[in-house]
Amino acid sequence: MSFPWANEYKPAFGLTQWLDEKLPLPRFVYNAVGAGYPVPRNLNYMWNFGVLAGFCLVLQIVTGVILAMHYAPNALVAFDSTEHIMRDVNWGWMMRYAHANGASAFFVVVYLHIFRGFFYSSYKAPREMIWLLGVVIFLLMMATAFMGYVLPWGQMSFWGAKVITGLFGAIPVVGEPLQIWLLGGFAPDNAALNRFFSLHFLLPFVIAGVIILHIWALHIPGSSNPTGVEVKAESDTVPFHPYYTAKDGFGLGVFLLIYCAILFFAPNALGHPDNYIPANPLSTPAHIVPEWYFWPFYAILRAFTYDFFFIPAKLMGVLAMFGSILVWFFLPWLDTSPVRSGHYRPLFRKFFWFGLIPTMAILFYCGGAPAEEPFVMLSQLASLYYFAHFLIILPLVSSIEKPEPLPFSITEAVLGKDESAVLNANPAAA
Amino acid sequence: MAEQASIDTSAEAGEGVRRRDFINIAAVSFAGVGGAAVLFPLVSQMAPSADVLAQSSTEIDISAITPGQAIKAVFRKQPVFIRNLTPAEIAAADKVDASSLRDPQTLEERTKEGKTNWLITMGVCTHLGCVPLGAGEGEVKGEFGGYFCPCHGSHYDTAARIRKGPAPKNLEVPEYSFISDAVVKIG
Repeated sequence: MSFPWANEYKPAFGLTQWLDEKLPLPRFVYNAVGAGYPVPRNLNYMWNFGVLAGFCLVLQIVTGVILAMHYAPNALVAFDSTEHIMRDVNWGWMMRYAHANGASAFFVVVYLHIFRGFFYSSYKAPREMIWLLGVVIFLLMMATAFMGYVLPWGQMSFWGAKVITGLFGAIPVVGEPLQIWLLGGFAPDNAALNRFFSLHFLLPFVIAGVIILHIWALHIPGSSNPTGVEVKAESDTVPFHPYYTAKDGFGLGVFLLIYCAILFFAPNALGHPDNYIPANPLSTPAHIVPEWYFWPFYAILRAFTYDFFFIPAKLMGVLAMFGSILVWFFLPWLDTSPVRSGHYRPLFRKFFWFGLIPTMAILFYCGGAPAEEPFVMLSQLASLYYFAHFLIILPLVSSIEKPEPLPFSITEAVLGKDESAVLNANPAAA
Repeated sequence: MAEQASIDTSAEAGEGVRRRDFINIAAVSFAGVGGAAVLFPLVSQMAPSADVLAQSSTEIDISAITPGQAIKAVFRKQPVFIRNLTPAEIAAADKVDASSLRDPQTLEERTKEGKTNWLITMGVCTHLGCVPLGAGEGEVKGEFGGYFCPCHGSHYDTAARIRKGPAPKNLEVPEYSFISDAVVKIG
């Protein structure tokens, strides 16, 4: 589906005409990310990160498939084969650094993509399904990243696997058998490493599938925009190609500059030196932390140090950690304000910039810090605010806030006036 | 036409249930049971394999461990702490009122009769599975003189009971028996 004024695909050559009749794949692409997709004309740079995330997935799949050609998923040789990639394989070091830092880059752009959603309330009707699918993609990404981190079979790999699978052990009654079943043993070993490799290879393709659903769902209402006002007329939109392919191309250039700077000049800056020590089941590294992109959630996990009524502290931490992401699934129904964009919501905006963002920053910092005071106390307070923000503050703000006046249309927001507002009081397309 | 025909069949059978309904339900049920049966090996293949389960007991020589010393052994690919408690450590453990603890157990319940000085526990923190410090020479033993887990700060006392920090349980005591005074069999 698209707006009635969308450009129509007209194949110019005999071959493309023939192809369009037999398998209209070019038409599909043209309508999805080409000139056949009308997009609001006022998108800002926060709308770049979807395309960038797609680029990161392709980058990860390409470098990952290459790494899999040289890597051996066996506990006896996994560490050595990783070093073999780093030292012996032609360009192996670059592929591995590109893949490891590519994961970080992927999370950076996805976090910005999610925060765009938070601020502009992209999750609101009619775009709930896009949001829900997005949360699913994020969960799949976390699982994929975690399993990938285990593959080099260094100390952090091993103990990360142990701690994270230990989370399942917190579930009452079935926890311990479940943990043993997931690992295929009593501690992470060859069985766990092999299945993590298998799933780490599979999940990116599952993510690609869910992304197709994500974009399919996006094309039903069309893209949102910084004003949150829906598209009313043709003057509100421009074709995706060439307008946003160009803008996304520029964004991609900036992204690549930063990515390559880290890749070539500080490839280990985001990693842990301990992971260059082979896995040792008898010695835990002094300071176990996950990769930076898990820190906020790790802080929530560790924030629960006391039993909560009858729920043990450990289970509470696990529930809170999973809950901190699952709460996003309910966001479209927790935020009941009819206005989407944070630009027109004075109270919401305050809680966003001075509540949610600092809280996430504190959780991020505490997740990477050692488990001692004052970080434990800080993460407890921040966790409390985090849940209060979504479950209490958002619904309350939505009901008491008086939003600022919205522009009549996207065109008016851009040009200061909209001809159709005067000439055509009831546009047919609305 | 099809509707007409099916009414005729049911009229012939003289009952509400038609032959075709029965065949439908039977076929789908049979396929469902078959599908569920296929699921079993798909799930079960992930459980520990025979060679992993075969490592389920270990014999360890403890004759060289003097009071106050501890060793780390391996049982099911996980560390086991075997500790020869000093009389002072035993006294410290007995002094605590067990009912006041998070996971109430006495030292006697956690050791074998007549061998209360041999504290044998898994070296796996009950919080998230790190190896606590305290068994090795010169390692930190935590505030209660037993074990200390550096990952999230759980302190265990001289009976390896949880005293402070996020761990919910005492260090697990595996199944074990003394084969002789010098050899203990774990598992």
